Amino acid sequence: MNAVLQYTVQGLAAGSFYALAALGLAVIFGVLGVVNFAHGAFYMLGAVAAAVLLDTLGLSLWGALIVVPLLMLVFGMLVERLLVQWLLPLDPLYNLLLTFGLTLLLVDLVKRRYGVSGLPYERPDVLSGRVQVGGVGLPVYQLFVIGVALLVCLGVWLLMTRTRVGMIVRAATERPELAGALGINVGRWVTPVFGFGVALAGLAGVLAAPFRAITAEMGSDFIIILFAVVVIGGLGSIVGAVVGGFLVGLVEAFGQAYAPTFAQVLIFVLMAVVVLARPAGLFGREEATA
Amino acid sequence: MTSIATAGASVTEQHAAIAGGRPWQRWVLLAVGLTVALALPWFVYPPVAMDIAAWALFAVALDLLLGYCGLLSFGHAAFWGGSAYATGLIAIHFGVPFPVAILGGALFAMLLALPIGYLSVKRSGIYFAMVTLAFAQMLFFIANQASSLTGGENGLQGVPRSFFGIEAVETDSFFFYYAALPIILLGMWAAWRIVHSPFGRVLVAIRDNAPRARALGYDVERYKLIVFVLSAGLSGLAGGVFAVSHGFVALPELHWATSGEVVLMTVLGGIGTLWGGVIGAGLIVLLADYLASSGFDGIGIVTGGVFVTVVLLFRRGIWGTARHLWLTRRRRVGSS
Repeated sequence: MNAVLQYTVQGLAAGSFYALAALGLAVIFGVLGVVNFAHGAFYMLGAVAAAVLLDTLGLSLWGALIVVPLLMLVFGMLVERLLVQWLLPLDPLYNLLLTFGLTLLLVDLVKRRYGVSGLPYERPDVLSGRVQVGGVGLPVYQLFVIGVALLVCLGVWLLMTRTRVGMIVRAATERPELAGALGINVGRWVTPVFGFGVALAGLAGVLAAPFRAITAEMGSDFIIILFAVVVIGGLGSIVGAVVGGFLVGLVEAFGQAYAPTFAQVLIFVLMAVVVLARPAGLFGREEATA
Repeated sequence: MTSIATAGASVTEQHAAIAGGRPWQRWVLLAVGLTVALALPWFVYPPVAMDIAAWALFAVALDLLLGYCGLLSFGHAAFWGGSAYATGLIAIHFGVPFPVAILGGALFAMLLALPIGYLSVKRSGIYFAMVTLAFAQMLFFIANQASSLTGGENGLQGVPRSFFGIEAVETDSFFFYYAALPIILLGMWAAWRIVHSPFGRVLVAIRDNAPRARALGYDVERYKLIVFVLSAGLSGLAGGVFAVSHGFVALPELHWATSGEVVLMTVLGGIGTLWGGVIGAGLIVLLADYLASSGFDGIGIVTGGVFVTVVLLFRRGIWGTARHLWLTRRRRVGSS
């Protein structure tokens, strides 16, 4: 029982990174129809930025949680304006290829600048140590990550369902032609939404900085698991991204605990089952596929 | 919306791609290609020449799926690397001549492709790319775990190059190139035959309008699965040659970066052209070799940059552009 609680928290913490980043991926896919391969690289940049800012300016984790997503927002909007937008009218596979190339570029640039060994990151004292819950010592930082992720997911959900901006973005996602016909300027939201999605990946990166090894390659496995998450949850579904993220985190944690050899494979088995049973994903709508 | 498979090529250009131009053009191209293939190890270091040939077949195999069926697989490393491991293991444990081991590797790749393809062809477009990518990465994790069999991160060492006791081939990369080249050419010929067969025409029909092909009574998913398995088999031939040529198999052969690299070669050369992949493979392998020998350690910066540039500005690729220029010129001459 105690072990189960421990693995659950561990899984939810790992799932928090997936959920946050997958949320960004889903929002971008929803509005732009782009599968952003560079999402793993943006996650890595978030963590590297946090480490560099701590090292050079002494910016703490608290500051980084605000500053880095803002920087990533600007960076994401630049990437959209300079690169992604030119390919939007074409087959969406082109943007997958573009962002794939961008990934290679960013990873090797970081590798050349900061080397292949990990950058250090000290977590604030408040967040170290363990807290006793029902006789089990749970790491404070994992609980903190879960809390932040849940807050942000809730925030995005409220933004999407309760505000005018959210309604416009949802309309643009679900029925772009109809939204346009009703006089909504769908194109205006494309750049900010891309930036927002990238900022979410950056935020996941900052949260991961004290938790994972910060290397240029840290996004390389992450992006693949992220793809599995959105295939499981349903590409473009915001709820699906969050649920899928936490689900995959749990599978990973329990897999590592009880069947360490198969831990990573289990995620893909789960994906295969979903593809077989519900090709559109758990929360995806069945679109007319050719 | 233009499909990625046609890359903005006009109907005439697509027709030219399928028909392969006029008969004399085809023979000239074939002669040039064969000459280059035979002369290559005289001009570049033989192991690099072998790399070019193996990657060229790999790119052609990918183009068979991407250019002629409209399916972008981002998981072809599974078949290249899977066959490399299988070839290596067969060669190590049974000591058979290397062509037999490579054939075994290619068969193994086709066996792998059956379940992966069965699941993947249920989706098309961007989903297909993501699902193939994820399954291929699963194989990477498995190979990493099963280190007693695959050597894990150390790779599979000591793959022998047994060839009927002919020492020149077994020890000298120059002669090995000529012993292995027939396997590569056989694979390319197979790809060419598939594209120009009635089966290939059905593939193009599915690529261009799947609902119509279905309405005409073709089992679309079955055709997609068959071409997926065939493409995997050819990738397997290429991966097997690569493994024997290097004498060991490294884990990155299964990584998604390898899948991406072969996509880059195909896109750079020109999607849906078959020949394009050969040119793309040659350029990228030579570029990587040059960068590695000049001590530059950020090859991803260059290949990533090439990728971004090609996708943004040069979507027809090299062969596609050449064909476009040739056809527009001919049309202008013909109409005057």
